[in-house]
Amino acid sequence: MDFARGIKKRERISSFQRHQQNMAYVFIFLPMILFLIFVVIPSLMSLYLSFTDYNVIQTPKLIGIKNYITLLKDQFFWISLKNTFYYTALYVPLGIITALFSALLLNRKKIGIGIFRVSFYLPVLSSAVATATIWIWLLNPQYGIINTVLGWFGINGPAWLADTRWAMISIVVMSVWASFGSNMMIFLAGLQGIPDYLYESAKLDGANRWQLFWYITLPSLRSTTFFVTTMLFINAFQMFDQAFVMTQGGPGNTTLTLVYYIYNNGFGSLRMGYASALSFVLFLIILTVSLINMRFNSENVQF
Amino acid sequence: MNKLIKNWRTIILDGFWYVVVIIISIIMVMPFYWTIITSLRPNSEMFAQPIRWIPSHITLIHYIEAFSTVPFGRYFFNSAVLAIGGVLTNLFFGSLGGYAFARLNFKGKRVLFIALLSSMMIPGIVTMVPSFLVLKNFPLVGGNNIFGHGGNGFINTYWAILLPGAAGAFAVFFMKQFFLTLPEELADAARIDGCSEFRIFWNIYLPLTKPALATLGVMTFQAGWNSFMWPLIVLNSQDMMTVQVGLASFTYNHSANYGPLMAGTVIATLPMLLIFIYAQKYFVQGIAFTGTKN
Repeated sequence: MDFARGIKKRERISSFQRHQQNMAYVFIFLPMILFLIFVVIPSLMSLYLSFTDYNVIQTPKLIGIKNYITLLKDQFFWISLKNTFYYTALYVPLGIITALFSALLLNRKKIGIGIFRVSFYLPVLSSAVATATIWIWLLNPQYGIINTVLGWFGINGPAWLADTRWAMISIVVMSVWASFGSNMMIFLAGLQGIPDYLYESAKLDGANRWQLFWYITLPSLRSTTFFVTTMLFINAFQMFDQAFVMTQGGPGNTTLTLVYYIYNNGFGSLRMGYASALSFVLFLIILTVSLINMRFNSENVQF
Repeated sequence: MNKLIKNWRTIILDGFWYVVVIIISIIMVMPFYWTIITSLRPNSEMFAQPIRWIPSHITLIHYIEAFSTVPFGRYFFNSAVLAIGGVLTNLFFGSLGGYAFARLNFKGKRVLFIALLSSMMIPGIVTMVPSFLVLKNFPLVGGNNIFGHGGNGFINTYWAILLPGAAGAFAVFFMKQFFLTLPEELADAARIDGCSEFRIFWNIYLPLTKPALATLGVMTFQAGWNSFMWPLIVLNSQDMMTVQVGLASFTYNHSANYGPLMAGTVIATLPMLLIFIYAQKYFVQGIAFTGTKN
């Protein structure tokens, strides 16, 4: 009797588990199929294509590591790599400083604080294409607001987007302006998560404002800063929209980024194999930077 | 006496704070003001020197020109279909997948979830060339034969955007995190009553996720509406372009025609602005989630 009941119970549990498992497979079936077709297969295909010569019309021809050798001798690859690093080297630190600074600035209860937060955040709502278009107008050498304002101070502004020295810097400034608001909000959320008693007890110990910032605020924001930095790096290495709209990679290839060059190869001259090889190099760069960043972060985590 | 000095100090510091914050706010908002003004002012004052900060009168001529030179109305419609379609598919598949990973037990759960999560590390550009090829060579659609040859497949159709974006790893992850915050006991009670797993999901848990769905919806809409590179690649015929792609090509072709150009920019930005005004709360929640997810 007991024995029979035991069996029945076990059967019931396992049939319930089987039902749950089957339902789970039904639930994830379509998401997983799409994931397979549009993420897993393309990732593997991309690796395969990077070892081929493929122009869409003929079938891919395996050529070993020839694409990667071509790439090393390709001066445009090096130019685009240099431009991408230049952009990243300016954009990432500026992006962190502006976001952190404005978060500290706006992390207090004052009259009108909501309006200020919204104004700082406003450009984030707009697309890269829209903000880039606006800035083409602002940066107009003769009639743009920026050179007009500079003129008030007796400064003769350059031709910005048409000037090889200033084109990339213009894009950096515009991109920081357009995007720091979202990281500012992330920092604000982080700041509001720091418990008050930390500050209270430090004040009792006689810490000044600067010490409070250096020994409490910054360490408490460590994981937020790490996250923001990583995302900024990943975004910076893939900059495309702004360069496409504002300068088309010019003048004199000074704003040709790596993603732009991949786009030109893959979808402009239909060198799909070569474009895949380039995109794998970019992938490796992003992976390396992310890992270094992660390592750096975990080393500093004890305090 | 000491207190008085302290009061003065706070007032000066407060004043200084307001000056800094207002200057930055002007830098942030001025470009948008200038965009709107440019789009509404007559051509005769466009290049007036010195700059006129307020137009003498308002005209819609640039909007009319923008809409008549290129089919902006059509672009707008395409963007709306794609952004709303993206929201609906992501909400649906995101909550299905998220629920399964959060609340159901099945073989291979951990492996699949890690695979999904690590896919978010792959930069978009890596999968763009092959995804384009998959869409172009999809069998039996768009004039393709069973081997995927002969036609253009899904290229230049809405599917080219909707299919690759339908089940975003982020949506699944986002919804999973939210389902984990809901009490498990609800499901146990329903199971004892003999409720099927689908009904537990659909009738008990899904209604509780409304705030999360709204947040995810807003984020997905913004990403869809503002996306540029992928639509640029897969939608290149005039009548399939999105607002962003249309605006970029308009910029390219009419770079000195600032009136219609700014009108186009206003049109491309307006929907996001309206959504922000009505759903500001969900933007803030989305950001809070992004900031704490690691």
